[in-house]
Amino acid sequence: MSAYLKIKDLHKSFYPHGQQLKVLDGIDLEVEKGEIFGIIGFSGAGKSTLARCINRLEKADSGTIELGDTDILSLSKDQLLKQRHKMGMIFQNFNLFDSMTVYQNIAYPLEISGVPRKEIKQRVLETAELVGLTEKLKAHPGALSGGQKQRVGIARAIVTKPDFIISDEATSALDPQTTIQILDLLKEINEKYGITILMITHELDAIRYTCGRMAVLEGGKITESGLVRDIFENPHSKTGELFAKVFMLFQSPEFTKGEGI
Amino acid sequence: MSLLDSTFWEVFLASLSPEIWKDLWGPVGETLYMTAISSVIMLVFGIVIGILLDITNPNGLIPLKVSYTLSGWMINCLRSLPQMIMIILMIPVARLIFGKSYGTNACIIAIAASCIPMYARIVESSLLEIDKGKIEAAQAMGSKNISIVFKVLLPETLPSLIRGFTVSVITVLSMTALAGMFGAGGIGDIAVRYGYQRFQHDRLFACVYILIILVQLIQGIGNLVSKRILKTRNLV
Ligand SMILES: Nc1ncnc2c1ncn2[C@@H]1O[C@H](COP(=O)(O)OP(=O)(O)OP(=O)(O)O)[C@@H](O)[C@H]1O
Ligand SMILES: [Mg+2]
Repeated sequence: MSAYLKIKDLHKSFYPHGQQLKVLDGIDLEVEKGEIFGIIGFSGAGKSTLARCINRLEKADSGTIELGDTDILSLSKDQLLKQRHKMGMIFQNFNLFDSMTVYQNIAYPLEISGVPRKEIKQRVLETAELVGLTEKLKAHPGALSGGQKQRVGIARAIVTKPDFIISDEATSALDPQTTIQILDLLKEINEKYGITILMITHELDAIRYTCGRMAVLEGGKITESGLVRDIFENPHSKTGELFAKVFMLFQSPEFTKGEGI
Repeated sequence: MSLLDSTFWEVFLASLSPEIWKDLWGPVGETLYMTAISSVIMLVFGIVIGILLDITNPNGLIPLKVSYTLSGWMINCLRSLPQMIMIILMIPVARLIFGKSYGTNACIIAIAASCIPMYARIVESSLLEIDKGKIEAAQAMGSKNISIVFKVLLPETLPSLIRGFTVSVITVLSMTALAGMFGAGGIGDIAVRYGYQRFQHDRLFACVYILIILVQLIQGIGNLVSKRILKTRNLV
């Protein structure tokens, strides 16, 4: 099986105050079609930057990104817009449009890609049903709970029937119960439509619950990648070890008694 | 009646008398006309220039450093002119357009010229307030810049744009009073001709009441509309 998303030797630096900050320093990554692939890393590791390079919200310095047969970094402006219609993105703080109702928010990606009105309506209703928002279509995002907002975010990302979704900390602003519901929803759309999901997070549990394979991002590089189970049981990188340790700690009885580290 | 030979109380009572008010409705109409037309012109040009400033900003949708710096510099130049000097400067322009350099229409040009740069800056700062994440989401979905401006940027910042417009209309109103000195008519003209030149302080008082009422009215409407919008969006 050949990989669906192939990233090779990706570099990206920022220059805050004129000094070079190497955020991505040679990323190699392969994601198979139809899987939910997790990327974990500490705050500031460059997870969001990696995500933003994939849909070119951020311009990579060098390297290649292939999605299916598409060479992302060589797309022209028009091609890029078309490509973006085919990939969804979900954000930590939802980024919904307050001026629009839930219906209009979900319809927006279809509107800008010129889908006829009748079809828009049908697809919005279908998608709203899938994410469980049928009752809320007339509400504005301001009236929704965090979980409901993220459902709108997910509906908006999948309404165009994309093959690929990037989820950047989709559940990091939600409480544990809501997190599980949203992760279930992501699993459901992955199974139902075969949408490939790149799940970026710093939450271990989210990855263990959702992903089969994962990678650890540390110091601008992928320091290890493979089956989630293997990495948790036998971590080779500093971040991996630390995450595994934290995980063990949370499970240990001492932690529950409040004796701490 | 003048404060020079009457008490404050007498002048106050006189300022409420029907004789004074019957001569005021015409000027009030002129003031409203000037304010309305100037505000519309200010709104149209201010929004357009404000949008251009916002998107050509170094962090904007289409960064254009030279154009942004240049237009910013021009706006600052225009804004550093006191309103009265702007009126005097616009006299030849008004003559060019209307064939005469005085009157209501001539002053509208001066008012617009003075208030457009101000409102453009206010629009720019309202647009800059938008949560960058919303723009990013729109871009990630494959929006063209034009849809981002008209479907996201303007609607999302509408309440703030309205509040800014309210403040600017009040500035326009106060400038119409100043323009009264230069033959624009309106309340300002009455205040100068009777209140200043003939010491008819009862008329001057009446002008003050009218201005206060107008400002309250404009501010009230602006607040109401922007609150209404925030309410439908469940943001208050
Ligand atoms: N536009 C930018 N200009 C300068 N530096 C930036 C920019 N964007 C990101 N950075 C820097 O790059 C580094 C990685 O940021 P990034 O947002 O990718 O981290 P992250 O792994 O997503 O972290 P978090 O878990 O907190 O979201 C940080 O040190 C950040 O300060
Ligand atoms: Mg991030």
